[in-house]
Amino acid sequence: MLLIYCPYCEEERPEAEFTYAGQAHIVRPGNPSDMSDDEFAAFLFMRDNAKGVHAERWRHTHGCGRFFNVLRDTVTDKILMTYKAGEPRPALSTEAAQ
Amino acid sequence: MSLTLPRTDASPQHAGTLTKPRAIDGPVGGAYRVAGEGRVNRDRPMLFTFDGRVISALEGDTVASALLASGIHLLGRSFKYHRPRGILTAGSEEPNALIGTDRGPGRREPNTRATVQEVFEGLRTTSQNRWPSLRFDIGAVNDLASPLIGAGFYYKTFMKPRGFWDKVYEPLIRKAAGLGTAPDAIDPDIYTSRYAHADVLVVGAGAAGIAAALAAGRAGASVMLVDEQTEIGGGLLSDPDAVIDGQPAWNWLAAAAAELDGMANVTVLPRATAIAYNHQNMVAVAERLTDHLAEPPAGMPRERLWRVRAKQVVLAQGALEKPMVFAGNDRPGVMLASAAHTYLKRYGVLVGKQIIVASAHDSAWATAAALAEAGAYVRIAEARADVPGPVRQRAVDAGVEFDFSMVATGTAGRDRVYAAQLQLLRDGEPRGGDWFPCDTVLMAGGWTPSVHLFSHTKGKLRWDSKRQAFLPGECTEACVAAGAGAGVWGLDGALKTGSEAGASVASAAGYEAEPAKVKVQSNCFGDVGSIAEAAPGSYASAKAFVDYQNDVTAKDVRQAVQEGMRSIEHVKRYTTSGMATDQGKSSNINALLIAAEALGKSPPEVGLTTFRPPYTPTTFGLFANHHRGATFDPERRTSIDAWAADNGAVFEPVSQWRRARYFPRSGENMDAAVLRECATTREACGVFDASTLGKIEVTGPDAAEFLNRIYTNPLAKLPVGKCRYALLLGEDGYIRDDGIIGRLSETRFHVTTTTGGAARVLAMMEDYRQTEFTDLKVWLTSSTEQWATVAINGPKARKVLAPLVDGLDIAHEAFAHMSIAECAVAGVPARLMRASFTGECGFEVNVPARHGRAVWEAIWASAEPHGGCVYGTETMHVLRAEKGFIIVGQDTDGTVTPDDAGLAWALGKKKPDFVGKRGLMRPDLTASGRKQLVGLMTEDPTLRLPEGAQIVRGPLQPPPMPMIGHVTSSYRSAALGRTFAMALIEDGRSLIGSKVELPTLDGERQSAEVVKPMFYDAENARLVGEPA
Ligand SMILES: [Zn+2]
Repeated sequence: MLLIYCPYCEEERPEAEFTYAGQAHIVRPGNPSDMSDDEFAAFLFMRDNAKGVHAERWRHTHGCGRFFNVLRDTVTDKILMTYKAGEPRPALSTEAAQ
Repeated sequence: MSLTLPRTDASPQHAGTLTKPRAIDGPVGGAYRVAGEGRVNRDRPMLFTFDGRVISALEGDTVASALLASGIHLLGRSFKYHRPRGILTAGSEEPNALIGTDRGPGRREPNTRATVQEVFEGLRTTSQNRWPSLRFDIGAVNDLASPLIGAGFYYKTFMKPRGFWDKVYEPLIRKAAGLGTAPDAIDPDIYTSRYAHADVLVVGAGAAGIAAALAAGRAGASVMLVDEQTEIGGGLLSDPDAVIDGQPAWNWLAAAAAELDGMANVTVLPRATAIAYNHQNMVAVAERLTDHLAEPPAGMPRERLWRVRAKQVVLAQGALEKPMVFAGNDRPGVMLASAAHTYLKRYGVLVGKQIIVASAHDSAWATAAALAEAGAYVRIAEARADVPGPVRQRAVDAGVEFDFSMVATGTAGRDRVYAAQLQLLRDGEPRGGDWFPCDTVLMAGGWTPSVHLFSHTKGKLRWDSKRQAFLPGECTEACVAAGAGAGVWGLDGALKTGSEAGASVASAAGYEAEPAKVKVQSNCFGDVGSIAEAAPGSYASAKAFVDYQNDVTAKDVRQAVQEGMRSIEHVKRYTTSGMATDQGKSSNINALLIAAEALGKSPPEVGLTTFRPPYTPTTFGLFANHHRGATFDPERRTSIDAWAADNGAVFEPVSQWRRARYFPRSGENMDAAVLRECATTREACGVFDASTLGKIEVTGPDAAEFLNRIYTNPLAKLPVGKCRYALLLGEDGYIRDDGIIGRLSETRFHVTTTTGGAARVLAMMEDYRQTEFTDLKVWLTSSTEQWATVAINGPKARKVLAPLVDGLDIAHEAFAHMSIAECAVAGVPARLMRASFTGECGFEVNVPARHGRAVWEAIWASAEPHGGCVYGTETMHVLRAEKGFIIVGQDTDGTVTPDDAGLAWALGKKKPDFVGKRGLMRPDLTASGRKQLVGLMTEDPTLRLPEGAQIVRGPLQPPPMPMIGHVTSSYRSAALGRTFAMALIEDGRSLIGSKVELPTLDGERQSAEVVKPMFYDAENARLVGEPA
């Protein structure tokens, strides 16, 4: 079971308290009705299938209830870092990850 | 000397005159017990049974050691070929000696390893996979048919003809192949779990693990030391002749155990197997608490699952000896040399009296000497050209005979080996040779470090060609390997690396630690081991087994390579090598070496198959733990549930809730009760517990705008005191949920969801609130459990409710349909909604849950004199369907749009945006041919269509016919006096008035007319109800 650091609670908590919530940094457009079919399909369906570092959302469902972002290495399944929703994806250097 | 070699298991040419071993019922503890040897308690004899035969044992015995002490080597039949099999090992890696155990009523377990099961007085054990008896087994014909059922035979033989597979092959295979039979009673045992946090977890309590625990414990770190065996010591338990720091090994062990026991910061868990190494140093440990007890204390759990989160882990799992691969290496009486050593030194059992040792490792020489010292005749066939002088000397002193450059290439015997063929190696090929009488053949093919837990961490393994083994390489977790598990052979190295590992991990955890200096004066395993360079399959013929448990031979592995398998993972799956319950602990390296040789590659190029948890077979009970029965998925009950139970309700599960389905009166079946409840509700009134509906309190200055963006309907201008039926879509435009939204004030809304959708809807709302609509000031609170909800429906609903209401006029004009207000009902503060899921005049009374039952009883007391009834979910389903109201998840399936469901009116078309608005514009969702919700009326008014029935256009043609839809809801209606149904059908609304066909499973058909999904009171006149 993973231990996940909630950036709001500022605590490392067991995975069972959290829910996965899909890829991070996909912004719902301000007015989706203006989008072309292709643009909307890209927003609705297309997701990265990263081998390596993946930015994804988790929710501290059985804690503070907040959504936040996680950088996870899909090869090792290690969580490299977590950060608050709305913050830009950090440029991750290997040293920073450790 | 030149001899013609028998190519198979044919009779030996020089079988000698050894008497075959007989079953011995004589002395206490068994006839093969050796005086002065072992840790078994000779003052505590006990009896158990094997296939009904009473066996004498000693306290401290395993079933395997006790059977061997009585001269019993035949324990079972193999999985595929039904070959007689005995005991290969003395540990948890045992592939052959699987037995059934019976520990009392309901406590029957198949496939228990006899080498692990401790004997207690009265234990009953049985052999497996044989019929009618162990010695005479019909299934053994599979052995004769073995040329036909080699590698990949499942894939090749049984592809066709198809019918033959179902009727002939499959039942035959099921009957013939297999292990024990599953228990048929519910497990009476309980299983439990604990969390633990430690600075240091040491896995394996052999010399290395003990040394690590001592070093870390002395430094003050909190330490857990776990070991699968009944007591700590590991290999030391089989090595009493070693001398450590001037003391006999067992004295040193006792002192170490006492020191560990005396440290408050150290926890030692025997009978505790580390089964899985998970992320961030969480190790799962399966502790066995009662399997060794004749009479477990009442209420004591059978097993305990520990989830240990350790800062640092020391892996000291030791190493497992490899069998050698030669013809007949699976016969009872053929076992690992290390096992024979353990049976002698730990259990005081001599496994045979005329022993041949096929050796490729120094450790076998010490074993040979010990067996000879205990009185056996021992002959070593050493594959290597020489061994170091000191290794040889002790064997010479003990009278062991030996040859160098000699290998075993065959055995003879049926239920026990009675001869072995030994041949000289010339230029790497076995030649000449002779048959030697024997009752036991020991194999010493070198050692394989147990890297299983290390592999669970996805740590990298590196190939060590000298040791012919994979060793732990780069770690991904905070762990250190020590001792034989790290490829360090010998007691000296185990103690040294263990102590160093313990000190280093304690330092890493923040303690000042020093490794201890321990001097080993002598030990039997030798400081350095080396093994024969030849691939173990070089001398292998058809019956040379690699994987004992799955009956995979060297020939099978080579054949898999010949047939095109290149990856070791493919070889594994094609041959099933390594796929049995032992996960190939004794076979994986041999299979790899044979495959690598056949492929002409080096072992690391071919790679090792993945080790997966659990390390050893683990009970389902341990994993299920408390999650069974009533605590599997705890049932939610409303505050009115107890009343329903008291009043004869029949319940059904609805998501996590227990809900009253109907309230039968004497003699009524479900159909009769539901027809009566429906009729009574439409004629008078019905009272219904709707508390399970999800409820969300939406508050804040921007609550209206938030809901306006989330739901399809225009909600921004919903007046205070009014309700609206609302639809929730996903961004894809499909219906996700529905409910009623009531506005209590400018800034407060009462939102209901479906019973099963509450948590999902709240999570979706939270997602938008927190991450998309962050400009809005709004708060969401789940209030499902806070409100009890009583629905009253029917023409007399107002008459029933009015006398109970304070502070509100509920007359039709004053409190119109789709209104919400706060008032008091039966003296309790309430939120009253006027809403209807039945088409009748309806009210929903929400009161604080703690008052739910009292208010329910007050309403029921008022309803009964009006000829009302209480009703359950089934009647609710029928009444809503008569009005064409959907149930999300029943009439929709995640691909239904509002228009498909006939709910396009609920879309706020003027709104610039709402969740799903853009999705609804997708070409697929606006194209023709979509399935639309319609009604169906069968030609035969008594016929109720099965829900899920497929719909086609008539007339019937031979299948496959295009299916145009399916039935979603289907009931008998009291109001209509007949059956009716709803269905999703392609372009269904254009088919209204025409006929469709529904093929039935028996080849017949049913015919129905497509109608509008509105079966009752299309004008909605009944919503008004009678005046109070
Ligand atoms: Zn949190």
